[in-house]
Amino acid sequence: MKLYIEKLMIIFNREFTGYFRTPLASIFLLVFLALSAGMTFFMGQFFQRGQADLNSFFVWHPWLFLILMPAIGMRLWAEERKSGTIELLMTLPVTNSQLVLGKFLASWFFTLLAIIMTIPIWITVNYLGEPDNGVIFISYLGSWLMAGCFLSLTSCLSMLTKNQVIAFIVSTISCFIMVMAGFGLVLASVRSWAPLWFTEVIQSFSFLSHFKRIQYGVLDLTTFIFFISMIIICISINIFLVQLKKAD
Amino acid sequence: MNLLEAKNLYKSFGNINAVSDISISLNVGEVIGFLGPNGAGKSTTMKMLTGFLEADSGSIEIKKIDLSKDPINAKSIIGYLPEGAPSYSDMTVKSFLYFVGKMRDLKDELLEKRLEIMLKDINLSEVQNQIIETLSKGYKRRVGIAQALIHDPDILILDEPTDGLDPNQKFEMRKLIKSISKNKGIIISTHILEEVEAVCSRTIIISSGKVLLNKETKDILKNKKGNLDSIFRKITK
Repeated sequence: MKLYIEKLMIIFNREFTGYFRTPLASIFLLVFLALSAGMTFFMGQFFQRGQADLNSFFVWHPWLFLILMPAIGMRLWAEERKSGTIELLMTLPVTNSQLVLGKFLASWFFTLLAIIMTIPIWITVNYLGEPDNGVIFISYLGSWLMAGCFLSLTSCLSMLTKNQVIAFIVSTISCFIMVMAGFGLVLASVRSWAPLWFTEVIQSFSFLSHFKRIQYGVLDLTTFIFFISMIIICISINIFLVQLKKAD
Repeated sequence: MNLLEAKNLYKSFGNINAVSDISISLNVGEVIGFLGPNGAGKSTTMKMLTGFLEADSGSIEIKKIDLSKDPINAKSIIGYLPEGAPSYSDMTVKSFLYFVGKMRDLKDELLEKRLEIMLKDINLSEVQNQIIETLSKGYKRRVGIAQALIHDPDILILDEPTDGLDPNQKFEMRKLIKSISKNKGIIISTHILEEVEAVCSRTIIISSGKVLLNKETKDILKNKKGNLDSIFRKITK
């Protein structure tokens, strides 16, 4: 087990520092912080609402992640396949699960870094009023879990192509579908022709429905299990795809 | 001592039989030249020997370890230079070799020592802090060789190690291969026949996925009239 984690950490470190070897990290962090702040203060009308909470901050996260997570995850496997380094990587004494997990965790913790950098907004709301910090903490946790779902899905899809642009587009569309499944308009249109159970199934798969509950401070077991199991499913498919598509 | 024993390897992609019934045995001190026209199945065979591809049937034993049953331990005995010498172009030479060394279970002092030896022996010292992307083709190939050798493997598998190098670099590469071949088993795939004559103790010629010739290089050159070039053309036509 110790050896397993050791190898995983070597992969993790290479991938994580990889974000900083190119301008990708700084561009991503800058765009994420600028967009999340802009959306909170201008579109979310943070001050006008006059409420000491961060709803106007978290409400944009599914939409921000929709574009930004595929941008972070698109290179994970597509680049390895294109440059041929996948051959090098997979002839090293390492298992597919170590590779997939190491890469995924690197992108997920990079996202955590971006999320942590928004903490000044949390401090601001505490300065201005008395928010429920428990709710905010749970929202942060939920936001990171949701980012993990987007990333694991993107990582999985980036194994299917050698082209990063294709990986990005397909991932964004897939993430969009996962978010939209819980959108009122979509549910209403399904409800008009499908039985109730079907509508509920669609809604239960939506990132938006689950994230909304978290946003109000409700991190119940179902939501937690949903996000974690989505990540586990995507990673398992990813491991399978690495074996299947490595030599294509 | 036998290092690698591959028996009756078969591999097909869809309807194409890339490799059919190839067997290879590699001993210590042996340098096998793996020859064949483009698309003969050289790279596919090498990919199977290094555990990147699974054979449809057949068996591969690396120092008596079954590659399909214990891939981790089997892979740790092999050093491999894939075709085109791929490497992480955004890393520096030193950090890339460090990464591969760590993945190859080298630690602390031993890793530092091996890194130093590689940089010195393969003439990479002056570019060790340079980003790989900015290096010339010759240097990139040397980085590929260094990563394959960093853990001092018993078996070295090199897919076209001199492809795209200038004559001086080719000469250096051959010298390097000769100098390390005494206590290792090496398999080299190449198009260049003079290379086989210069460094390989055994020659295997394959075409359409089948072995056409498997003999000691000196015997081929002794028994047949003409050079390896004409023999190659005659049997692969």
